[in-house]
Amino acid sequence: MALDEGVRVQMAAIVERYPRSRSAVMPLLHLAQSAEGELTDEAMRIIADALDLTTAEVAAVATFYTMYKRRPVGKHLIGVCTNTLCGLLGGDAVYDALSDRLGVGHDETTADGMFTLERIECQAACTHAPVMTVDWEFMDCQTPTSALDVVERLARGETVVSTRGPEIRDFEATEHTLAFPDDGLANQGGEADAIMLAGLRVAHELGMSAPPVPGQEP
Amino acid sequence: MTVAEQSAAVQPADVVTVTVDGIDVRVPKGTLVIRVAELMGIEIPRFCDHPLLDPVAACRMCLIEIEGNPKPQPACAITVTDGMVVRTQRTSEMADQAQEGVMEFLLLNHPLDCPICDKGGECPLQNQAMTAGRGTSRFEGHKRTFPKPINMSAQILLDRERCVSCARCTRFAEQIAGDPMLELLERGAEQQVGIGPDAPFDSYFSGNTIQICPVGALTSSLYRFRARPFDLVSTPTTCEHCASGCSLRTDVRRGVVNRRLAWDDPEVNEEWNCDKGRFAFQYLDRGRVETPLVRESGGLRVASWPEALDIAARGLAEARGRTAVLTGGRLTREDAYAYSKFARVTLGTDDIDFRTRVSSDEEARFLASQVAGMPMGPTYADLDRAPVVLLVGLEPEDESPIIFLRLRRAARKNSVPVVVMSPVRTRGTDKMRARWLPCRPGDEASGLAGLSQADPGLVAQLSTPGAVILVGERLAGVPGALSAAAALSASTGARLGWVPRRAGERGALDVGALAGLLPGGRPVDNPQARAEVAAAWRIPADAMPSAPGRSSAQVIDEVLSDVGRAARDEPRVYDALVISGLDVADDPRADDLRRALEGVPFLVSFATHHSEVTEQADVVFPVAVVSEKAGSFTDWEGRTKPFSAAVRGAQTITDARALAMLADVMDAPIGSGDVGSLRAEMDALGRWNGPRPSAPDDRPAASTEGTALATWRLLLDRGRLQEDEPHLAATARPVEAVMSESTATALGVAGRSTVMLASDRGSVELPLRIDDVADGTVWAPLYSEGCDLQALGLRHGSAVSVTGGAA
Amino acid sequence: MATPLTPVITAHWDVPDLFTLEGYRRTGGYRALPKALGTDPDAIIGTVKDTGLRGRGGAGFPTGLKWSFVPQGDGKPHYLVVNADESEPGACKDVPIMMANPHALVEGVIISAYAIRANHAFIYIRGEVPQAIRRVAAAVREAEQAGYIGTNILGSGFDLRVTVHSGAGAYICGEETALLDSLEGFRGQPRLKPPFPAVAGLYSVPTVVNNVETITNIPWIINNGVEWFRLFGTEKSPGFKVFSVSGHVVRPGIYEAPLGITMRELLEYAGGVRDGGRVKFWIPGGSSVPMLTEEHLDTPMTYEAMAEIGTMLGTGTPMVFDETISVVKSVTRWLEFYKHESCGKCTPCREGTYWITEVLERFEHGHGQDADLDLLNEVCGHIMGRSFCALGDAAATPYPAAVKLFRDEFVAATRTPVDESYPPAAGYVFSAVGAR
Ligand SMILES: Cc1cc2nc3c(=O)[nH]c(=O)nc-3n(C[C@H](O)[C@H](O)[C@H](O)COP(=O)(O)O)c2cc1C
Ligand code: SF4
Ligand code: FES
Repeated sequence: MALDEGVRVQMAAIVERYPRSRSAVMPLLHLAQSAEGELTDEAMRIIADALDLTTAEVAAVATFYTMYKRRPVGKHLIGVCTNTLCGLLGGDAVYDALSDRLGVGHDETTADGMFTLERIECQAACTHAPVMTVDWEFMDCQTPTSALDVVERLARGETVVSTRGPEIRDFEATEHTLAFPDDGLANQGGEADAIMLAGLRVAHELGMSAPPVPGQEP
Repeated sequence: MTVAEQSAAVQPADVVTVTVDGIDVRVPKGTLVIRVAELMGIEIPRFCDHPLLDPVAACRMCLIEIEGNPKPQPACAITVTDGMVVRTQRTSEMADQAQEGVMEFLLLNHPLDCPICDKGGECPLQNQAMTAGRGTSRFEGHKRTFPKPINMSAQILLDRERCVSCARCTRFAEQIAGDPMLELLERGAEQQVGIGPDAPFDSYFSGNTIQICPVGALTSSLYRFRARPFDLVSTPTTCEHCASGCSLRTDVRRGVVNRRLAWDDPEVNEEWNCDKGRFAFQYLDRGRVETPLVRESGGLRVASWPEALDIAARGLAEARGRTAVLTGGRLTREDAYAYSKFARVTLGTDDIDFRTRVSSDEEARFLASQVAGMPMGPTYADLDRAPVVLLVGLEPEDESPIIFLRLRRAARKNSVPVVVMSPVRTRGTDKMRARWLPCRPGDEASGLAGLSQADPGLVAQLSTPGAVILVGERLAGVPGALSAAAALSASTGARLGWVPRRAGERGALDVGALAGLLPGGRPVDNPQARAEVAAAWRIPADAMPSAPGRSSAQVIDEVLSDVGRAARDEPRVYDALVISGLDVADDPRADDLRRALEGVPFLVSFATHHSEVTEQADVVFPVAVVSEKAGSFTDWEGRTKPFSAAVRGAQTITDARALAMLADVMDAPIGSGDVGSLRAEMDALGRWNGPRPSAPDDRPAASTEGTALATWRLLLDRGRLQEDEPHLAATARPVEAVMSESTATALGVAGRSTVMLASDRGSVELPLRIDDVADGTVWAPLYSEGCDLQALGLRHGSAVSVTGGAA
Repeated sequence: MATPLTPVITAHWDVPDLFTLEGYRRTGGYRALPKALGTDPDAIIGTVKDTGLRGRGGAGFPTGLKWSFVPQGDGKPHYLVVNADESEPGACKDVPIMMANPHALVEGVIISAYAIRANHAFIYIRGEVPQAIRRVAAAVREAEQAGYIGTNILGSGFDLRVTVHSGAGAYICGEETALLDSLEGFRGQPRLKPPFPAVAGLYSVPTVVNNVETITNIPWIINNGVEWFRLFGTEKSPGFKVFSVSGHVVRPGIYEAPLGITMRELLEYAGGVRDGGRVKFWIPGGSSVPMLTEEHLDTPMTYEAMAEIGTMLGTGTPMVFDETISVVKSVTRWLEFYKHESCGKCTPCREGTYWITEVLERFEHGHGQDADLDLLNEVCGHIMGRSFCALGDAAATPYPAAVKLFRDEFVAATRTPVDESYPPAAGYVFSAVGAR
């Protein structure tokens, strides 16, 4: 981990959040990934030292969770949900198209280091199937065409905005957000989208609402 | 405590009635179902369960039916309640089906390579697959494979495909040893045991994981592929390495020790031992003295027993009354007793000492007043529930590993407060959750004496019945420390335990292998004591030496002075030395001892191995190593643990037998020297009931000026018995110098990667580590690879010069 | 009479800045807080008990009862942990709640923590949803600045810290004890119970773990009371529910309605099955509960009614599949998911999912064997009820339910690869009409 004084200060701030320092291991692993784009042995040693753990204890945690990457990740991590719902509603086709275009398979990185492609599990966005994520930001309701377009634009360095979040930055930036979520981007991505509002709109159309509190005016 | 013992000890209110397979039993509330079944002789299959580890209920092999519960339950994690009705696989279809299902799952990805597996023949998986499994596998897919085997440490190897993820090894490492360097890595079907990056499982207790692994996943470099269980002859033995007193099992194949395991001794080592006890035994068969040797024209030549006995007898007869006996701390109790008797009866001397380490006259008086021939105690069990345990001059993880494990458990399970007065806050200190009382080396005496002012709370705790103070070997080198410990024990009522490092020391002390003390702690200067012993030995009371003899240090001094005396034609004090298994380098004055061995006119050596002593000896008698003989060791508690020969039919004889033969030739017989009669004699003598000398009352010395050296021997070091164990040696702790930040700064070595420790006799360069160490102190290991501090004339508490080494 | 939609939690989601403190306040937010802080904590627990609110995380355990298990006056710290790990296939209600209305969750957290006398609350959010994490973290910060979190909140003497914690990709961390281990910095593997978290949870002290939606209910309960709450739903399943309707429906999305609404009604609100097709199978609450068919569309979506027909309400997040979808392939994917997410701790789940997946993948390629049909049922039987935690049970659920309803399809897959019987493109939601 590029262990400048800045990172040290950030590590201390993370430890501060918890009653016991060991609880900080997950955010510290995210922080390490944000600094190096992967989780190196060196980073695990530094975290172990900081938390008074053995490196085995840190490795035990680091290898348990799929978001921690023990190999370098591309600038952008592209995930396509291929769990049943997204996959069978079109995620499989989206994945295949991306895999063809990028020339890599699951958990592989393009030679230019731009993209890592992954099949991912259910993202709690089934209403927005098929779901893709770029650096974990939602790219909802994809088709093969739209997904390829996202990748082309990223490859050209153009701006891509998450369908329910901020402008895409890169994998490391998101990892930093996971360690320090208060990154000033919470207001991006706007209000609830049409899918999240589907029920409310129907209710409005049909004049439906929750019953009033007994004894109070509606 | 076993379930049965527990049930005897508890009140009826804590007892519940449960029904297992239709049979009612009464057991203590809170007992695990699996233990209840065991008690009844019902074997519930299991993998993750281990009685000394916290339950995890992960493997699901032990599923049984509990009436009223629709799902099978893990017997290893369910505690009994009154009226519970349990049905095991013997009476429950549900349980039987569940177990069969789990067994099938376990074998799914198992390689079934039993024919080439070390565990084959003694494998719980193999055995339970026969009883609880199906005949054939219905799995037709691809088995998970891993590249074969990977090192967890230099000593421990892992074949991952054999692992059943029971987490016994990882729980052992974390819970028992406190060394969480072995962990489960990855997830799901990929889950595997492993270590951190470049961080091997260098725990002193690593070998236990092999023993508790219920499959052949963990093996040792030492034993891997060496034997099959059915080729081995097993014998219960007692470990010869330290004074913890571990029960072991020694496995011998065609006369050669192949493996050693921890034997279950609930009162001592439970089911654990340390890696030294488990793996350090190559020495048994290497470098042995095989025949008697006698000196001839400057060299040693092979001789017959009669010839050698004859030469030795003549030489010693001439030196009668002017001979000293140095026995080393490794003899069995029986052999030590034979030396004790031989010295007094045959040689007519009281000059005998078992101490080849730092020692003092104060220590001898301390031992005579507090320890020698005393009844057992304090014991391991006393540590389990003590209101406080204070350790002084003792690093149990290095110097008595089973005490360390007990204290760790006592702290973890029973919240026993452990307090360590030591110059260094070690990893062991933390693992015992101990409070660290920093104390500069050499200041232990004043530290103890001043405790009531400095820490009245601790003194109050020590005054609670059941409190224990444990003191270690190095206090012998700190003037006033043992006196202060005895005084603290007397004033608080805390029980005092003396923890020597070597397995033979307590036994040797009890049987009189120390000047001034006859067997059973009898003072040699007490006529009644002498009379009792003389009667037992069937010699006239006035034939016994009546004045306390000289300690080993004094013997060395006199032999060195004898060189001058001889030159001046004055009579020598010593004309002969009789020396048993000691390693010259172990002595703090090794160089002096070497010169003494050269200078003494006649030297008789009883030796298992060729050594610096045999090189100088005039006569060498080959004697048996511990695996070849019966005997016993008395552990630090005062518990005597007998054992028989693991290697049957060895041609070697014991020290005691050889001494008996020699005594016969010298016409001053000491008996037959066989183990049975020696034990009978010792038993008949019993312990001394008369007055004992009072505890020493030595003053503390002034604090060491400048930088004081804190040092002790690491568990794994250059000790002779660890020779030829490269895998074991590779797991030793780093050899380094440790000091506090402020000391390093004060000495101007902060930021250096190495430092030089120097005395007027030389220096050693060691890597520097900053840690919690008392100020004005540097710690380094006493006798490790590349670091022999005694050879520099240094010991615990010495002033040492520290300068910066590499940047 | 059709059950109406009843937006409560979602009522103001169309307010553009609802996710800010300002927006939330404008819609009536943070009115429950002072009211709650003026009430005895035990009275709040009593109120929640009286509402009959059941946990929305899947198990439906009564929330007030859970709170009442926390020993009071025990001198130990207590913790509230919000389970925002939403990773169950099909479930997508907590993430939308956190994105659209994070302050409602935060207000619920403060009140709940006050009730159980916790001075530190954690919100454990799965790591893969950074925008939800940002919004909750921002809401926490805004609430701190407004004096709703911190020391002596609104002069009540109550202190609270709130920590937002990002997960890192592990479905099992939704299991409450695995979540606690994860939060303590260990591998997220479930713990032995008992002790239950209410007695020995985070750092071995009393801890309440509740789902996001459960906690988000609390401000409305405080504001509107027990009687109002019980106007929704049934005696055993009172209250409103945020349903996420996904799959082959015309308007997938979030629909909030009383418990007891039927799937047919929800389906109607969602515009019916796409292209006028038919429901082949649907799942009421995540892949961990048994699937149903058209014949169950009129069963009320309550804990009790769903149990009666052999399934569970689960997370209340129905997935709908039309006739283009292969059951064999669906089940295979779910099993691949469970295999991937099995924590590895216990044998039945770790090895069983490995085995089932291998066999199902053969079916997917048309290489299944007749004997495997029953073998798989047996293997699932060896997992069900024998694994360490409910993940194993969940993994053993899809196949037996599917083979019971669609045995022929599995038999066909002993000969014909499923992609031949069910061309994948037919299932794609963009196949005919392009992207939505
Ligand atoms: C494998 C597994 C995954 C789970 N995932 C979640 C989850 O993501 N969110 C959740 O709230 N509950 C989840 N649960 C249920 C929790 O264990 C727990 O019951 C719930 O958080 C309690 O909150 P509630 O009472 O408010 O529902 C899961 C359970 C299991 C067995
Ligand atoms: S059922 Fe077993 S392996 Fe599966 S997630 Fe639970 S504990 Fe882990
Ligand atoms: S022995 Fe009981 S679950 Fe492993």
